[in-house]
Parts: sequence; structure tokens; C-alpha cells
Amino acid sequence: MSRLFEAQDVTVAYGKIEAVRGVSLAVEPGRVVTVLGANGAGKTTLLNALMGVLPARGAIRFDGRDLARLPVEERVAAGLSLIPERRELFATMSVEDNLRLGAFRFRGRPQEGGSLEAMFALFPRLKERRRQLAGTLSGGERQMLAMARALMGRPRLLMLDEPSLGLAPLIVAEVMRTVADLRGQGVAVLLVEQNARAALQVADYGYVMDGGSVVLEGESRALQADKRVVETYLGVLAADTEPARGVG
Amino acid sequence: MDATILMLLLQDGVVNGAIYALIALSLVLVFTVTRVILIPQGEFVAFGALTLAAFEAGTVPGTVPLLLALGAAACAADLVEARHALDARRILRIALRDLVLPGAVAALAYALGPGKPTLALGIALTLAIVTPMGAYLHSIAFRPLEKASVLVLLVAAVGVHLALTGLGLVFFGAEGSRTPPLSDAMLPAGPLSVSGQSLWMIGLTLAIIVALWAFFGLTLLGKALMATAVNRLGARLMGIGPGMAGRLSFSVAAFIGALSGVLVAPLTTIYYDTGFLIGLKGFVAAIIGGLASYPAAAAAAVLVGIIESVAAFEASAFKEVIVFMAIIPVLLWRSARADPVEDEE
Repeated sequence: MSRLFEAQDVTVAYGKIEAVRGVSLAVEPGRVVTVLGANGAGKTTLLNALMGVLPARGAIRFDGRDLARLPVEERVAAGLSLIPERRELFATMSVEDNLRLGAFRFRGRPQEGGSLEAMFALFPRLKERRRQLAGTLSGGERQMLAMARALMGRPRLLMLDEPSLGLAPLIVAEVMRTVADLRGQGVAVLLVEQNARAALQVADYGYVMDGGSVVLEGESRALQADKRVVETYLGVLAADTEPARGVG
Repeated sequence: MDATILMLLLQDGVVNGAIYALIALSLVLVFTVTRVILIPQGEFVAFGALTLAAFEAGTVPGTVPLLLALGAAACAADLVEARHALDARRILRIALRDLVLPGAVAALAYALGPGKPTLALGIALTLAIVTPMGAYLHSIAFRPLEKASVLVLLVAAVGVHLALTGLGLVFFGAEGSRTPPLSDAMLPAGPLSVSGQSLWMIGLTLAIIVALWAFFGLTLLGKALMATAVNRLGARLMGIGPGMAGRLSFSVAAFIGALSGVLVAPLTTIYYDTGFLIGLKGFVAAIIGGLASYPAAAAAAVLVGIIESVAAFEASAFKEVIVFMAIIPVLLWRSARADPVEDEE
């Protein structure tokens, strides 16, 4: 299968400390790929480096083009999109304005970007809240808005950083359903998650990171059956998903 | 002081306050979008006034070669900045913006300048000359410092201010200039008379405020600037580049500055370094608004204008002192009630 997105030997250093060491990964169109790992394994740093938010060494290719030295906004123009862990919404602007800005890269030719109607069909809650300020939304609504805002930019590769963080289980399920639906639209997804159980259910392929490096990779089904994954990540999370966790 | 004098002073204060309001709005815009405290805003005012005065005198103003030089420097800076993503389309766009545009404006100025253009044409040329300088200065001096702290950006802004003041002396000389008023009309209003010029000033200030409101409220580009001010990383992730946002906000500031210069030039003699003091008073107003709120900055600007005119009447020797002292209680009040000031975003 052709490789839409490929990172080779990516290293990110904060001063002398290498938070990500020589990570290589690939994502094909219409596939959901997940990166698992404990807190501090370097997952968020990796995503930020792939998006250009953090400087990195190594090769980052998208659709045959070398992106490694391009700034964030050029990578957005190429078709990459990142939903960061903190969502980074425009808190003092309305839900509708947030969405419209999601399609900013198509300014002057709005018919090519995503439409508000499509996003409201996908997330009806946002339609009810369209005049409300983004900062007043609940955690689940914020994640929906972040996803809808990213989709307005019609990305070809969508990277999500911990979309389930701080959300109630029902909303996590909805978010994961939306991620799975993207597959049908030919969007490639790179999903970083601590919630390994939910991530492996939706993903086709997975990488496991530990201490800044990829220690394991494989088809989701194989990972779900892998003894190390079950013990380290699925086991831990089984205890972790008790009711106290949901914030919504 | 009797009521008539008070009315006169208030009228004077509001008219001057209108100019300070324009300056303060530009400062708030530029600071929220780029974190730059735009000390050189006053130079845009002086350049606007002196450029128009040169046209009125039937000469080609010195800002024309300056525009060409700044455009060429900005072109080099933009090419370096975009070196990793250069393609034909991008090079063409940079060349159009930094070389062709100032070239066309300069050609017009050289063609029309010596023939003593009409006042309206002179004003249009003045705005066309000064406005792009904002974008060029951003590309040259501030875009390369994008990741720097507010303090470093402030030092850079002071540097740009000093450089522009020096260039103003070179191009315009030490003599001051005045321009004819936009309107000679005098309208009686009770015991006072209102000049057509002051109506123009207040009217245009209100028009700029409405235009800014429409720009931010109704256009995607305006919302993109606001988004950059609200969440820089979020904006970048939507493809709103800090270079674009910076160039746009600096251009708006330069346009408003030049327009303020055009408005203020008939009232007072403008020298190459007059802009600084005008800019500083706008800055006082912007600070009162916390460098964040447009309405508060505009209201504070009118207050600064009134304080200034009353102070000029009561104790003219201390006029500037009183205006700048007014900032101290405001700062104390703000720091007492506000959350810890966010220096960095």
C-alpha cells in the first residue's frame, strides 16, 4: 500500500534530554494508526514534532514531499492536522467562529473546505451551542468542537493527542466512533492514547512507545493479544477506567 | 475657569483624544496579535503628516525612496524566512508584495508629486506610501524574533523607533510642516464654534472604529487575527501563520497611524520626531485599557485628551508631566485588582 505519511528516525531533544529517540512510523490513507504508551513515553512530543510545533531531527514525508523543515502552517496547507491534548480552542470566540476558522486554509474558495452543516450533522450538540463561546463548553463538547474544527480544514492526515483525556466513557465511545468513521472518508488517522483498550479497538495498526522509543509495533489484533501489551497497558487501564475517572 | 472655557477645553480634549484613540487601538491590535509594543506607531503619524505636507509643497516626499528600500529589505527577509518552502508561486507573491507594490506606488508619487496633487489625491498617496511600511517593518525587524520574549520585542520596537526617527530627520529635515485643514467650515454651537476639521477628526475616528469592528466581527481574515490574539498555537494549527497575522496587523497600524498624521497635521506643526509624543499618549490610553481592550483603550484616549487640554490651560508648563503622571494611579489600580500580569502568553 502506498505510504501517505512516513516519519523516519525522528529525534526530539529538550536541551540534552532526548524525549523522542529515533522513532519511525508510517500511516496509509484510510487507516487508523495508534501510538500507545505510558505517561512520559514521548507520545505528545512525537506528535508535536510531526506537526512542526517542536523542532526535530529526522525525515518527515507526506505524499512524497519532505516536510521536516516546514513551519506548522505549511504542514497544515499540505493536509496535516493536529488536535492537541489541550485542544487549543479559541475560548473567547463562538463555536461557529471556531469552526469557520478551521477552514481558514480554504479562504477565498470556501466550497473546498468542510461545511458547517456537515459538522452540525456529525455533532448535533455543536449546532445547539453555535452562538456560545467555546470557553463555556463542557469537556466533551470541547473535544467535539476540536474535532469538527480540524475536519473543517479537510485534513488528509488527522493526528489526535489523547482525545479521551478527561472525558466520560460514553463520550470516549462517541469520539472513537467518529475516528473510525474517518476511515471511510479516506482520511488517515494517527491516534495517540493512554486509553490503550479504546485505541486498539478502533485502530488498524499500533506502535507502543516507552522511554522515547518504539518498543513494539504490529496489527491491532496482534497487539491486543500480545502478552506484554495486555500486562502493561490493558491491565493497568482496566483498573484505571473505574467510574471516578469520567469528568465529561 | 468658567463654563465656556471648560466647554472649550472639553471640545479640544475630545478632538485630541480622537487621535490618541486611533493610536491606542492600533497599539492594542498589534500587541494582542504579535506581542509587540509598537513604539514606532508615532513615526507612522509623523511620516503621514510630513508626506502629505511634501505633496502639498509640490515635492516628492522622502518616504518614497524609504518605501522602496524597506520593500527591498523585506523581500530579502521574506525570502530567507520562506527558504524551505519556496516555489514559483510563493516567490511571485513575495515579489508582488515587496517590490512591485512599492514600485507602483513610487511611480505614482513621482508622476503626480511634482504637479502638486489635490488634497484628496495627496492623502490617498500618503496612505498608500505609509501603509505597506508596517508590513515591511514586521518582516524585517519582528518576524525573525517571533519566538522572543515581550521584553526583547519591546527593545526591538525601541530600535525601530530610533531608526525611523533618524530616517525622518534625513528625509524631511529638522523643519516642521503643517498642512491645510480638510475643511475650513466653522459651525456655531452655542457659545462655541466647531471647526469642520474637528468634525472630520471625530467622524473619521468613529468610522475607523466601526471599520475595525466590522473587520473583526464579519470577515474571516479579521477573525483569524483575533484567533491569533486568543490562542497563538491554535491559530497556527488552523494554518494562520504568524507572519501573515503580523504583516496584516502592522499594516493596519501603519494605515491608522498615517491617517492620524493626516488628521493632526493641520492642527499642529509636525516635526520628524513629533510622532513619539503623540504615540506615547496613545500608549498611556492603551495601557489604561490593559493593552487588551479596544473600548477601554478608546475611552481612556478621550480621557487622556481631556486631561491634557485641562492641564494645558491650568498649568501649561506641566502639561506632559500631568498626562504621563496619570498613568501611575492606573497602574497601581490595575496591579492591585488584576490577576498576576501574564508577561508571556
